[in-house]
Amino acid sequence: MSSTKSIWKVIGASSVGTLIEWYDFYIFGSLATVIANQFFPKSNPTAALLSTLATFAAGFIVRPFGALVFGRLGDLIGRKYTFLLTLIIMGTSTFAIGLVPGYEKIGFFAPIIVLLLRLLQGLALGGEYGGAATYVAEHSPSNKRGYYTSWIQTTATLGLFLSLGVILITRHGLDDNLQKSIVKFNDWGWRIPFLVSIVLVIVSVYIRLKMQESPLFAKIKLEGKISVNPLKESFGHKANLKMVLLALFGATMGQGVVWYTGQFYAQSFIETVCKIDFEQSRTILIWAIIFATPFFVVFGGWSDKIGRKWIMLAGMLLAIFSYRSIYQRFLDISSPTEFQKSSLVSTGEPSIKKEKVKEDSVITTSLLKTFENGASYKESHSDTLFANASKQASHSPTMYLEKKLAKPAYWMFVLLVFVQIIFVTMVYGPIAAFLVELFPTKIRYTSMSLPYHIGNGVFGGLTPFIALLLTTIYTGNKLVGLTYPIIIAGICFVIGLLYVSNKIDTDVSD
Amino acid sequence: MNQLKKILGIVWMLLGPIAIYYLVKTAASEISKKPVIDTKVQWAVFIVIFIPIAIGMVIFGWYALKGEYNSLPQKSDDLK
Repeated sequence: MSSTKSIWKVIGASSVGTLIEWYDFYIFGSLATVIANQFFPKSNPTAALLSTLATFAAGFIVRPFGALVFGRLGDLIGRKYTFLLTLIIMGTSTFAIGLVPGYEKIGFFAPIIVLLLRLLQGLALGGEYGGAATYVAEHSPSNKRGYYTSWIQTTATLGLFLSLGVILITRHGLDDNLQKSIVKFNDWGWRIPFLVSIVLVIVSVYIRLKMQESPLFAKIKLEGKISVNPLKESFGHKANLKMVLLALFGATMGQGVVWYTGQFYAQSFIETVCKIDFEQSRTILIWAIIFATPFFVVFGGWSDKIGRKWIMLAGMLLAIFSYRSIYQRFLDISSPTEFQKSSLVSTGEPSIKKEKVKEDSVITTSLLKTFENGASYKESHSDTLFANASKQASHSPTMYLEKKLAKPAYWMFVLLVFVQIIFVTMVYGPIAAFLVELFPTKIRYTSMSLPYHIGNGVFGGLTPFIALLLTTIYTGNKLVGLTYPIIIAGICFVIGLLYVSNKIDTDVSD
Repeated sequence: MNQLKKILGIVWMLLGPIAIYYLVKTAASEISKKPVIDTKVQWAVFIVIFIPIAIGMVIFGWYALKGEYNSLPQKSDDLK
């Protein structure tokens, strides 16, 4: 195993690359609306279809496929060159997205090129994680495997943090006037976060090129013990397949939904259900990430002492039992009645917008109300005047939008997201070490990548969509979206509790 | 404990087909409510991606029922 100094080089080289890959993957998601306007005009059904494919295919189909392609490669030619390749593919695809001319300039080529580049991103991400986790684990001493690999685990959350930060800075920094800056950002400035990626990737590729191959892989290569067909050995042999299935249903499936609920569904819920404004909904997540990220390392390190299983299962159980009360608290704090407890200090000039919907006229009136404690919201209601004079005008219920929370409420939101990210650190911090220890060196990259990406890409990645879908089916219950992560984490908890072992495998060289 | 693991194997085996039945039923209902290409693609992706996972759940249940998880491998040689 490596000396302390060299292990930090290994962790640094692996983590920076993985962090950049997550950054690249997230900026597309975070800028989905802007990208859709540039490349996938809603007015054109084929372009809209390509947009749906870009969203769903890259996250759910291509990631597990990438796990198979690059996992196999990593077990055949080595970890170092494989995760170097995934980094180059990810970096160049991201950079290229920033260069593609819009739909108005090159028509259908634009959405098709963007879709292909997005698929390449998904493919690369599918291959990256297994390589980085395996590479670090195979350099680590057995008593610190959880601790060292947990640094890799921080990168997914830090990648989200970096993408949110770069987007917010760019959005604010293009003009002294914020409104003008946002207009410029939506027009061309959105390309900057994509283009910046190439600099990060070049630095990371340079660092990774200087690294040596994993000592365990190099050893089995020297001994001629490399797998001839990693896919067949991983999924065609019952003894290994049963461990792949156990990893998926007893660990990664629950871990994936807890992760995506805590970071992505939370943000979407705060913005679309609680109606907190764009900036606050993002800075809440940024603060929560800053405070919670060290806990990946805390729980990773702790798992070296007490085992991986109980920490992961405790994270799932806490999430299952607290999600409903956390999200109910979000609703309570952001309710208009809570705002109105403070005195109203100003009411802005009413903004009136008239729209023609078919023959009818819709008049929307909005008022900005500011309260003594600094909170504010936009009160909005619409009246529809029908062309058919015999029909009475209809009035929509009052909507409260673009809410800005007062300081105590804002920090309560940060705390509630922080608690959810703590659950994420519990389930995610030890999982790299857990997966590495389940499989033998010669098929480790392939065997651990697939359950990881099905658990995270499919079960986790679908969380925001399924949760949103449930709220559209059962409209009366704003918390119904939580049913999906609670059920999946519940099943995973039972399987993990009964079937997964808490034993730490001290020798992963076999 | 091993008996419980085996008995629950039946539950896991049933869970796969039940999940797919529920998914297909919901897909059909949602597509009929809003028969646009976006809805169809979205549900088609859900079904295509979840069928192999449901099959995996059935296999997992079968292994559990057969007692394959009564003792887990201790070293890599046990996986051969």
